[in-house]
Amino acid sequence: MLLHDTALIYGRYLRQSLRSRFALLFGVLTPLLYLLFFGPLLTGLPLGGQGSSWQVLVPGLLLQLGLFGALFAGFTVILEKGQGVVERMRVTPVSRLALLLGRVLRDATVFVFQAVLLVLAALVMGLRAPLAGVLIGFAFVALLTLSLASLSYALGMKVRTPQEFGPLINMVSMPSMLLSGLMLPMTLAPAWLDVLSHFVPFRYLVDAVRDAYVGEYTSAHMLYGVLAAVGFTALSVTAGTRVFRTTGA
Amino acid sequence: MAAVISTAGLARTFQTKAGPVDAVRGIDLTVREGEILGFLGPNGAGKTTTLRMLTTLLKPTGGAATVAGHDLAADPAGVRRASGYVAQSGGVDPQITVREELVTQGRLYRLPKTEAVARAGELARELDLTDLLDRRTGALSGGQRRRLDIAMALTHRPKVLFLDEPTTGLDPGSRADLWDLVRRLRDEHGTTVVLTTHYLDEADALADRLVIVDRGTVAAEGAPGALKLTYGGSIDASLQDTFLAVTGRGPAPADSAPVAV
Repeated sequence: MLLHDTALIYGRYLRQSLRSRFALLFGVLTPLLYLLFFGPLLTGLPLGGQGSSWQVLVPGLLLQLGLFGALFAGFTVILEKGQGVVERMRVTPVSRLALLLGRVLRDATVFVFQAVLLVLAALVMGLRAPLAGVLIGFAFVALLTLSLASLSYALGMKVRTPQEFGPLINMVSMPSMLLSGLMLPMTLAPAWLDVLSHFVPFRYLVDAVRDAYVGEYTSAHMLYGVLAAVGFTALSVTAGTRVFRTTGA
Repeated sequence: MAAVISTAGLARTFQTKAGPVDAVRGIDLTVREGEILGFLGPNGAGKTTTLRMLTTLLKPTGGAATVAGHDLAADPAGVRRASGYVAQSGGVDPQITVREELVTQGRLYRLPKTEAVARAGELARELDLTDLLDRRTGALSGGQRRRLDIAMALTHRPKVLFLDEPTTGLDPGSRADLWDLVRRLRDEHGTTVVLTTHYLDEADALADRLVIVDRGTVAAEGAPGALKLTYGGSIDASLQDTFLAVTGRGPAPADSAPVAV
């Protein structure tokens, strides 16, 4: 039943995404601008580590795409509450968990698709990376999206208005991006900043994807990255499920 | 006739920053099978909160209830299978077609795909939506939207249908159509209908029995005529005066009172 309901909800929201092709492409615009106008600045800089500057920047942009995109996913549920769609579904026998899973799996699909577009553009700009590493990068984008979208939907169910939602998300997204070293590796940072960044889970994800992009699949970074991503996803989906089970929104 | 809904001391307290708010203080209610029950009360009296509890959307903080033989607390899934609900706001996505919404609703009630499609066609015929099936729901008129909302709630042939202010914002013609629809549902399918309204003429014309709630409790109940006799002073009293007498908000000046409160 869970599988049936999840597939049903997933299909409904995927069709919704496909109906607005513009929105589907729009999400990739910000990281694309970074790629075009920020990426070239890094090509001659000593960033530490192995590989080219593209192998450092693109993993960061992939996670930035997931971070900003998925954190705002819950916005739609506020609109749907206003339309009464959420309550209408909640009076049917549909699995509450499926209402969450169908949505976050749709988001993972959309953001991995955008990630593929971004990597294709990066290849044109000069990125060279092993295929396995690139695929691992997509897997991290998927996990990050699942976890952040779950939290975002949970918040969307809790707040009443979009005006409460936006500022809260901004308060999380900007520091997360800066403190996890998405743009430039934190190894360049002074000690205090480097230490601080270890408290942000996304730091471990970006380090792991950077290792994957230079073919280091068995490093300590990779281990910590996988643990952080899987652990954070488990926690977030559990938290999201609790809210979807109990909220009478 | 057997009771299809019964509640005892049903209550809901909301915790707010300003302290606890008792939206519903204890509702005792019995609804008989096949009855059309009008649920009246001033804004904030607890009508919608009661409906949301009876449809499993909101957990009661006190009391108990059964709907179609299913205990609200112990068997919410059973309650969901037996009842349909149309919220004030309806509940369809304006970007989606009537057909897709009806089929999805069938699938949410776990009908296999072909049956969901067949049921959608059946509901469309019954609620006069056949010509609108491929229209986006956002492009429907108010009356058409309401018929779609009700069709969605009837997908699984529920024994009990809850309608929260179903005719608010409709033109007189659409309202009359909706009254006919509610009567037909009861007459042809034996569906029990519980509806809230602010239109007293609607309550008078449509409901077999009225329940007037005020400040979270039942202030009066009975057939429209009996209520008029008891609270309005005569069988010829207007429901308006009766309502105001029950809720202690009257008496209103004779000619300035609006039909809707």
